[in-house]
Amino acid sequence: MRQMSTRLKIGWALITIFVLLYALFPVVSIFATSFKLPSQLNLGLFWPQTWTWDNYKEILAPDGSAQELFLSALRNSIGISLIATFIAVVLATLAAYAIARLNFPGKRLVLTTALGVSIFPVISLVTPLFNLWRNIGLYDTWLGLIIPYLSLTLPISIWTLAAFFRQIPWELEQAAQVDGATAWQAFRKAIVPLAAPGVFTTALIAFFIAWNDFVYGISLTSTSRARPVPAALAFFTGASQFEEPTGSISAAAVVVTIPVVILVLLFQRQIVAGLTQGAVKG
Amino acid sequence: MTSATAPVDDATRARAAKATQERSDRTKAEARLGWYLAGPAFVVMLAVTLYPIIQAFFDSLYRYRLTAPDDKAFVGLDNYVTVLTDMVFWEALAVTLFITVVTVLVELALGFALALVMHRAIKSLRGLLRTAILVPYGIITVVSAFAWFYAFDISSGYVNHWFDWVPGISTDLNWFAHRGTSLFVIIASEIWKTTPFISLLLLAGLAQVPTELEEAAEVDGATWGQRLRRVVLPNMKAAIMVAVLFRALDAFRIFDNVFIMTNGANGTTVLSLLAYRTSIGRLEIGLGSAISVLLFLCVILICWVAIKLFKVDLAGARGGS
Repeated sequence: MRQMSTRLKIGWALITIFVLLYALFPVVSIFATSFKLPSQLNLGLFWPQTWTWDNYKEILAPDGSAQELFLSALRNSIGISLIATFIAVVLATLAAYAIARLNFPGKRLVLTTALGVSIFPVISLVTPLFNLWRNIGLYDTWLGLIIPYLSLTLPISIWTLAAFFRQIPWELEQAAQVDGATAWQAFRKAIVPLAAPGVFTTALIAFFIAWNDFVYGISLTSTSRARPVPAALAFFTGASQFEEPTGSISAAAVVVTIPVVILVLLFQRQIVAGLTQGAVKG
Repeated sequence: MTSATAPVDDATRARAAKATQERSDRTKAEARLGWYLAGPAFVVMLAVTLYPIIQAFFDSLYRYRLTAPDDKAFVGLDNYVTVLTDMVFWEALAVTLFITVVTVLVELALGFALALVMHRAIKSLRGLLRTAILVPYGIITVVSAFAWFYAFDISSGYVNHWFDWVPGISTDLNWFAHRGTSLFVIIASEIWKTTPFISLLLLAGLAQVPTELEEAAEVDGATWGQRLRRVVLPNMKAAIMVAVLFRALDAFRIFDNVFIMTNGANGTTVLSLLAYRTSIGRLEIGLGSAISVLLFLCVILICWVAIKLFKVDLAGARGGS
């Protein structure tokens, strides 16, 4: 490798600092806000003057004013997003396997449909679903969100997995069978280890998308029975009616952002591969 | 697509080729298996989008309020006339288009810069840079909206205190009381959150530019700017087009940031918010459905323009061919 000149090193250090500032500044900003005392919110300072856990107690402690609201929303968000991700990934795995390995008429149709669904304006689906869900009793239920979430998670899962599966050397399966493995052993020992990372990455991306939903969340729920976190945040109220819920919202925002940051830290390479493969490579 | 078809046991195929009947059976069996596997996903996708949009079109032809359900009556295209002759709709369309154009242009420039940084970065920095860039991508849009809102808010914010030396900014400036300043913060949050996506698409495009070409141009004495304009950009035109179209369609549906920061106050109502307020807020299912259908048609129109006029090969660039 070429030796870097000092000037180049300084240049890269500056660029890195700039990118880090860009990417993390708003996150640090709301993190700082979440530790401010309600009485010190209006000082116009970035960092809290006195650091306090009060806002976290509001949303997590048993006697916190927003605890019931936040924890039920968290439960709903995790449950609904996981189920919607799971269903999407199972369906997409089957479809992507067929697209990558089999020759059948309509293959293009499936891919084009996935593309069409992924650019569909979500809000256009909300009005008819709102009306229908109220009539058939799915309004404000988990299932009532899981079904529309599939319109968000399924298309991207199909694209990403099809791209992953096309790169798997499927001949390995036959090679293993020639070597004396049964069909099941060949599949499990040769193919599953190659396919698993792609499936996992796809699940991660699909989960991010479901976790982010706001439109369905506020339109198709009305109580803590099914309302997910992003929607619940918009309906937070302060400890008293004279208090802005700034602190509790910031604390809740930090709590739901921590898992995202951890997942990104652990799997950045896979997420980048998944996003770019599904997007551009053939 | 065809080139990617995996060799389904070539030896078996060769044997099967002897008997035409056998082969056509095989093809049929493969087609059947293909649809067994891909069918469920296909049906679910249609069920969650095609059915609702048809229902929306149907509902849009009726005078239909949930507050007066017995009053439901067929009115033909009256709802569309009502919407299209109302300035509120055109204003929302203008605001939406403004946000779309500004965010896409800024994101294209910023995203390209970020992509170049990630592309050129030495190995030890690459992981760090990618991790940082993925944080905005993974964060909930509503959280991003609150972060930007609280930073600019007149009472809980610090931006006014930091930048009070800038002409026009003082501690009394209420960013969310005027259209221009509200849109500025809304657009900033949208750009921050979605630039990583566009930069990853562009990064993939950059990776496809043949390095020999770039090196040859460098040897021939082309400056950095010349190489970028003459070699790199033309070679990633497809990736740029796809990135722009995807982001434009996404920005056109903007909802979360506007809802959290202004809820449409001071002339910041966007189309999605207008549709939401009409159907879910005022329970005007007929009118709301008409707006939903119009929004859908706008998206189709944007796609059509992109594909016909700018020859964006969506399927190709997304791995379809």
